[in-house]
Amino acid sequence: MTDKIVFNVIQVIVVMAFAPLIKGIGTRLKENVQSKRGPSILQPYRDIWKLFHKDEVVSEHSSWIFRFTPYVVFVTPIFVALLIPVLTGYPLFFAFMGDMLGGGFILALGGFFATLAAIDTGNPYGPMGASRTRMVGFLAEPVFMIVFFTVSFVAGSTIPYIVQKHWVTPLANLFQPSHILMMLAFLMLIIAESGRIPVDNPTGHFELAMIDESKGLEYSGTGAALMKWGGAMKFFVLCCIFLNVLVAPWGLAQGVQYWEVLLAVPLILIKISIFVLVLVAIESSLAKLRLFRITEFLGAAFATSVAAMITDLFLM
Amino acid sequence: MSGQDLLLPLLTKLNALAGGVFLISAFGLVGIRQMLTCLRIYVFQSLLLAISAVILGYHHASIHLFVVAALTILTKVIIIPWVLRQAVGYESYAKREISQAINIPTSLLLAVAITIFAYYIAGPLLDAIGAGVFEKVNLPIGMASLLIGAYTVTVRGEAVPQLLGILAMENGAFFAGISIAPNLPLIAELAAAFYVLIIVLVVGLLAMKIHKTIAKTAVGEMMALREE
Repeated sequence: MTDKIVFNVIQVIVVMAFAPLIKGIGTRLKENVQSKRGPSILQPYRDIWKLFHKDEVVSEHSSWIFRFTPYVVFVTPIFVALLIPVLTGYPLFFAFMGDMLGGGFILALGGFFATLAAIDTGNPYGPMGASRTRMVGFLAEPVFMIVFFTVSFVAGSTIPYIVQKHWVTPLANLFQPSHILMMLAFLMLIIAESGRIPVDNPTGHFELAMIDESKGLEYSGTGAALMKWGGAMKFFVLCCIFLNVLVAPWGLAQGVQYWEVLLAVPLILIKISIFVLVLVAIESSLAKLRLFRITEFLGAAFATSVAAMITDLFLM
Repeated sequence: MSGQDLLLPLLTKLNALAGGVFLISAFGLVGIRQMLTCLRIYVFQSLLLAISAVILGYHHASIHLFVVAALTILTKVIIIPWVLRQAVGYESYAKREISQAINIPTSLLLAVAITIFAYYIAGPLLDAIGAGVFEKVNLPIGMASLLIGAYTVTVRGEAVPQLLGILAMENGAFFAGISIAPNLPLIAELAAAFYVLIIVLVVGLLAMKIHKTIAKTAVGEMMALREE
């Protein structure tokens, strides 16, 4: 029992410690593809460190929501990290608290507070970005729902630990059409949710074209550090759900020895790095969509997820 | 025999995967604005048809299905794209915005509704013929592709994507056909392959003629008759 609690804590520490690294690797690779040298992969750590040591400026017209939000954004991915398989292939101490739907709700809570905080200050760019994020969010919501329903329909459960076993026993399940199509739909969702290029440009500095970034413009000092760190952790957690539950449930610790759990750390980092490489390839080969074309992108994701659901209807 | 037992689930899943991607590429023909990408998606869909034919041919030990696969690759993957590229000039393919009567998100939703309808009408048919695992994948997806192809023909306002809609209908019919009639006579396959080629030639020549006359292939704008 104590082992499982310790593993759960290790899992959270891994998410907290390596999320900025993954962000740094992604930025560096993207710059490399554009024949630039790019910042060091440790740059996000330095940014966060620097921001923690700066003064925080809070508008006197803002309410408690503005001051409270960075903590919510920082804490929600940690809660999700308690529920999902990051390192181990078996449920840990806190895993009983929620399934994948629960994880989705917790992540949505962070997004909800970030939106409120962006509107709170009265900065003209904040509400614009916030309402755009909501637009992308409510278009993505049906896809999320259909993907989760398909998972529970095909695997017979929404508990991530049961779902990931279903895809590889027997191995032929990996080639199930619903599995492949669902992966495709979920990949499009991750791109939309984490503000990647066909939907949003994360490195853009032009406020009128921003979707996701403009929500954090008002933060400084500790608040900005927590928002940045929380955003990186959210991406890390989404990658863990995508890779460990849906795509490649290999490399997770099956035993209860400490060395097995610690060995799973480099494996998950390698897996996420490969996934980041794929994302960089997607981001570098596509152009950002105009705002009203995002409906088409997410409409395609929706059609894909529905196809995933109905191709399985008669195979049951 | 145990090898057979292991192989059958894998073949089933691979065939179903080909079917699922086949359906997605039918959606792609409705939902993509760029003409060249549409053509590539059609080629990809034909390739998936050939893959499914090979899997079914292996399962039924039927030489006819291998011939179907070979004919599909020869005509639809090699000859038809070549003919279409020759017939319609480069500037039509470089076009990135195909005009469409109904906007793309609505079209995609309608395509999803069409697919569900295809499954709905395929259900009783599958029960009636006592279908196996392959028919359960191929028949409804083939019907869905057929109906989505017909929908593409009605909404697209350009000659080449409309033609691709007709070809997607034919692909869908074949996709359903190879599962319910694996021993189709060779003459029927040959005839179908050549009819498709002739359709492509005729429509391609027509599109070329339209392009020469009005300098574009947007047939959606040709509403009124005119005396020359």
